[in-house]
Amino acid sequence: MADAKEMKKVLFGPILDNNPIALQVLGICSALAITTKLETALVMSLALTSVVAFSNLFISLIRNQIPSSVRIIIQMTIIASLVIVVDQILKAYSYEISKQLSVFVGLIITNCIVMGRAEAYAMKSPPLMSFLDGIGNGLGYSFILICIGTVKELFGFGTILNFEILPLVQNGGWYQGNGLLILPFSSFFLIGAMVWLIRTFRPEQIEPKE
Amino acid sequence: MSAKKESLGKTVGVVVAVCLVCSIIVSGAAVGLRDLQQTNAKLDKQTNILTAAGLYETGMSNDAVDAKFKEFVELRYVDLDSGEFTEAPEADYDMYKAAKQTEYSTKVTNSNVGFQRRPNVATVYLVHSEDGDVTRVVLPVHGSGLWDLMYGFLAVDADGQTVKELIYYQQKETPGLGGEVQNPAWQAKWDGKKLYKDGEVAIKVKKNANPDNPYSVDALSGATLTSTGVQNTIQYWVGEQGFGPFLKKQAWRS
Repeated sequence: MADAKEMKKVLFGPILDNNPIALQVLGICSALAITTKLETALVMSLALTSVVAFSNLFISLIRNQIPSSVRIIIQMTIIASLVIVVDQILKAYSYEISKQLSVFVGLIITNCIVMGRAEAYAMKSPPLMSFLDGIGNGLGYSFILICIGTVKELFGFGTILNFEILPLVQNGGWYQGNGLLILPFSSFFLIGAMVWLIRTFRPEQIEPKE
Repeated sequence: MSAKKESLGKTVGVVVAVCLVCSIIVSGAAVGLRDLQQTNAKLDKQTNILTAAGLYETGMSNDAVDAKFKEFVELRYVDLDSGEFTEAPEADYDMYKAAKQTEYSTKVTNSNVGFQRRPNVATVYLVHSEDGDVTRVVLPVHGSGLWDLMYGFLAVDADGQTVKELIYYQQKETPGLGGEVQNPAWQAKWDGKKLYKDGEVAIKVKKNANPDNPYSVDALSGATLTSTGVQNTIQYWVGEQGFGPFLKKQAWRS
């Protein structure tokens, strides 16, 4: 059985050592699109973390029953169901944010992190560890999203969580918002910068030259 | 992997079981949360209308929004061609759905407003004062911006001529540029502007507009196409094909 050390590794490893975005470069598309404001980034992180954790848990629970010929379809069915449930809950309890996230909650279904963890980990690990692995990878994703969301909102809109930090020129302040950071694709630069930063501190992540 | 695990019967059984459980969970969530979601959607609309009506205060509770809406706002239907009040063509009438059906809509001509057909009957919201007089008329408007259609409410004073508010509640413009149509500082520029000059639509959105000119509103910087879209939208909807006849007749006075 897994001991505490193993659990810690599974839970916190994906944040820096094995980050799904920075090292495995998965789940980029949503990381680009919904990080304009920190608030949406936080809700998206929460939604994705719960989907990965529970899809890992359920898939792991029935992993010995899943016939390998249809395993991907079964994984997709479970993931899709969870995403719809999350979407419904968001619409019911957090209508404003669900309007801003619009289609991206639905697109969690196609997020490679969820699928990747189900196939790579949950299919061969016991339920508790799979659940922790899901939370860990969700945290890794959240870590990047929150960093990028903070930078983009602070320098693009002069606010953090809609709380004014740098008063904008439009509202009579002195700060001219950075127009580039407001646009979705600026996350490419920021994700690139984060990959570079993480690899500077963790040189073992650098791929060997071919 | 044992051979037993791969038998056809077992595969089908597992698939059916998984699908059954998942569909029960999904439909359970959809049905169980439907009431809450509909309340949210309704509340969101009411909040926007109240904002256009000038009655919304930040931090109002959901119940307060609902109560205020019921007390001061009245939903009416207007025949756009004649400008008179009319009955709803069907129960739960939705003017945006009606615009897609040929029997309920008319083709748009001579306008860059960005859609092909407009409904024959539009929903308007009359805002009453405490004494029951109509103080504002909230008109739904929509038209294309840079990326997509923008939906909003235009609140006009009871004189049928003076703009009170222009609230956009659904738009996909570039954040920080065209998205500034939702900035309260820009929305405030519409307050007090006049729609008509000598009976003709005169309102314009233009660069470096003089704030004292009652017929022009300062365009959004860095968002020329969005600003033009707003101008087309307003000019269309207060014009002859839109609410022009209704605003001239001032049917709410009788």
